[in-house]
Amino acid sequence: MSKTLYDKIWSEHLVHEQKDGTSLLFVDRHLIHEVTSPQAFEGLRSSNRKVRQPNLTLAVVDHNIPTTDRSKGIDDEDSRIQVETLEKNCKDFGIKLFGMTDKRQGIVHIVGPEQGFTQPGTVIVCGDSHTATHGAFGSLAFGIGTSEVEHVLATQTLVQKKAKNFRINVNGKLSLGVTSKDVILQIIGKIGTAGGTGCVIEYAGTLISDLSVEQRMTICNMTIEGGARAGLIQPDEKIFNYLKGKPMSPKNENWDKALKYWNNLKTDEDAKFDKEINLDGKDILPMVTWGTSPEDVVSINGKVPNPENESNIDKKNSITRSLQYMGLKPGTPVKDIKIDKVFIGSCTNGRIEDLREAAKILKEKKKASHVEAMVVPGSGLVKEQAEQEGLDKIFINSGFEWREPGCSMCLAMNADKLKPEERCASTSNRNFEGRQGRGGRTHLVSPGMAAAAAISGNLDDVRKYNN
Amino acid sequence: MKKFISVKSIPAYLPIVNIDTDMIIPKQFLKTIKRTGLGKNLFYEMRYDDNGKIIDSFILNKKPYNTSKILIAGNNFGCGSSREHAPWALLDFGISCVISTSYADIFYNNCFKNGILPIILDNEKIKELSEYSNRKEEISIDLEEEKITFGNNEISFKIDPFKKKCLMEGLDDIALSLEKSSKIKEYEDKLRSTKPWILND
Repeated sequence: MSKTLYDKIWSEHLVHEQKDGTSLLFVDRHLIHEVTSPQAFEGLRSSNRKVRQPNLTLAVVDHNIPTTDRSKGIDDEDSRIQVETLEKNCKDFGIKLFGMTDKRQGIVHIVGPEQGFTQPGTVIVCGDSHTATHGAFGSLAFGIGTSEVEHVLATQTLVQKKAKNFRINVNGKLSLGVTSKDVILQIIGKIGTAGGTGCVIEYAGTLISDLSVEQRMTICNMTIEGGARAGLIQPDEKIFNYLKGKPMSPKNENWDKALKYWNNLKTDEDAKFDKEINLDGKDILPMVTWGTSPEDVVSINGKVPNPENESNIDKKNSITRSLQYMGLKPGTPVKDIKIDKVFIGSCTNGRIEDLREAAKILKEKKKASHVEAMVVPGSGLVKEQAEQEGLDKIFINSGFEWREPGCSMCLAMNADKLKPEERCASTSNRNFEGRQGRGGRTHLVSPGMAAAAAISGNLDDVRKYNN
Repeated sequence: MKKFISVKSIPAYLPIVNIDTDMIIPKQFLKTIKRTGLGKNLFYEMRYDDNGKIIDSFILNKKPYNTSKILIAGNNFGCGSSREHAPWALLDFGISCVISTSYADIFYNNCFKNGILPIILDNEKIKELSEYSNRKEEISIDLEEEKITFGNNEISFKIDPFKKKCLMEGLDDIALSLEKSSKIKEYEDKLRSTKPWILND
């Protein structure tokens, strides 16, 4: 029978299957960080269990660490304890850790691919919902809870039931100034935040295969915002070239064997999907979110919606609540929305290509005087690369702060956060109430759009600055 | 894991759709290295004002809902982050059963690892049950029978049989999987020959 790529990866990883379909799936790669792992290790200790395959787990600190000068350590006691706990756990259980002063440290979903830890055809999990990012490499990658982290550490497997197959075809070409962030925001707007629940999404079509590896990661990353735990893309030459020579990529004869295997990771032509939708690149414009859910999207030429035009009562209440939180009036053109802060970074848009895209817009321009803006590179290696290319100078000359790598203001667990009612154009992934700080108001955009907003001082069309 | 057999309580009704895990437990409380003690911070930003003072009008701050064991909520409950702190916070507050039209996948799974029963019902039934919240009347949930009893009415719900068994017996997932150690070992041995680049050893 014809199979999808997801079907194939699933059956390749079956260790055991019960009659009711409950399955034990082998986990090839496990990423951990300081926030969702302490209770898992505590669980291992209290039941006297070991880590089954320490070599298949990689740890980084990212959520909780300062993005300012790190030579003095972490001021916040709870954050410091969490980071120290991860250090101790990794030492005790023999797990490789990229600590705060390691150049390779960064956001877990940026580090995995960068190190070649992420590989096609693998099952990759992490106690973080944005694990979907790694699906860009043709792997089955998804977020898990802390109990499941403990389960993976102890058994190198996970108990799962198979999800449905959902394909999203995107064909055509992207217009100038439109990016993969706009593609995924448009998709989430179309399917809704629960549209992918119970599914694994495969992104296909010529527009997707034309995207660079990093652009693909942005799309897969936000799959979870469409409700699906995992999103994946058939791997191709671009992926293999990206991985070649990475520190943890297969070497020598293993590389040849892996490559042969990876080349066969394809969805069969006549494979059946439970759900399928199509988009065309020409219909995709630069997008922004106006509300408190990632499905609350509109193009930069659009307006804030009016709840009175909504017939569904739940939806109407939800829009009303969002607008009140966001401090917005119905019918306001989004370009009239003034912003206070700009955040460029996160596992969605903290890679080198994202920084290049923003820097291209900011070159020889200044941010608006009332705007505070910062760039937080996704990893130490991204930071180093950007500095070699002189991007840091462009950001600094525009009036941006150039920070140390981490999750930062995407979830505001460290000191980087919005004050109540502050409004931010952000390249991150969630505009939930309080996400970037209590009372903070988030508008999700692409890196180029964030740069445009910084210059204009309001949400604006990046194409205005694209030459 | 604590067993879940049944629960009887006046339900608290939170008619908001897309309640995300940031709402359920904001990030400042993720700095803990423990599973317990999160109940007081459940729905923190809705329960307390900027100065940390209790907001009296929020349902979980009002009697009798401040001791509710059942939460009824809008569509797509638990979306967003994978943080298991969300079910930990619900449980620590005393909520062991959530009722909604749908859940985000990761949250749904996390419930079963912590002895919380997430029930899926259609919108009409949710509205019917929410009346019992408004009238401050108890409803009972029986997992064995897969039934909700309220007033003289009864409705049934569906749950995956294996998940039901794990909840009712409070089974330790890891212990169950470790019983299959020999199968895992077999799989690993096979990997060494078929995909030698995977095991890193």
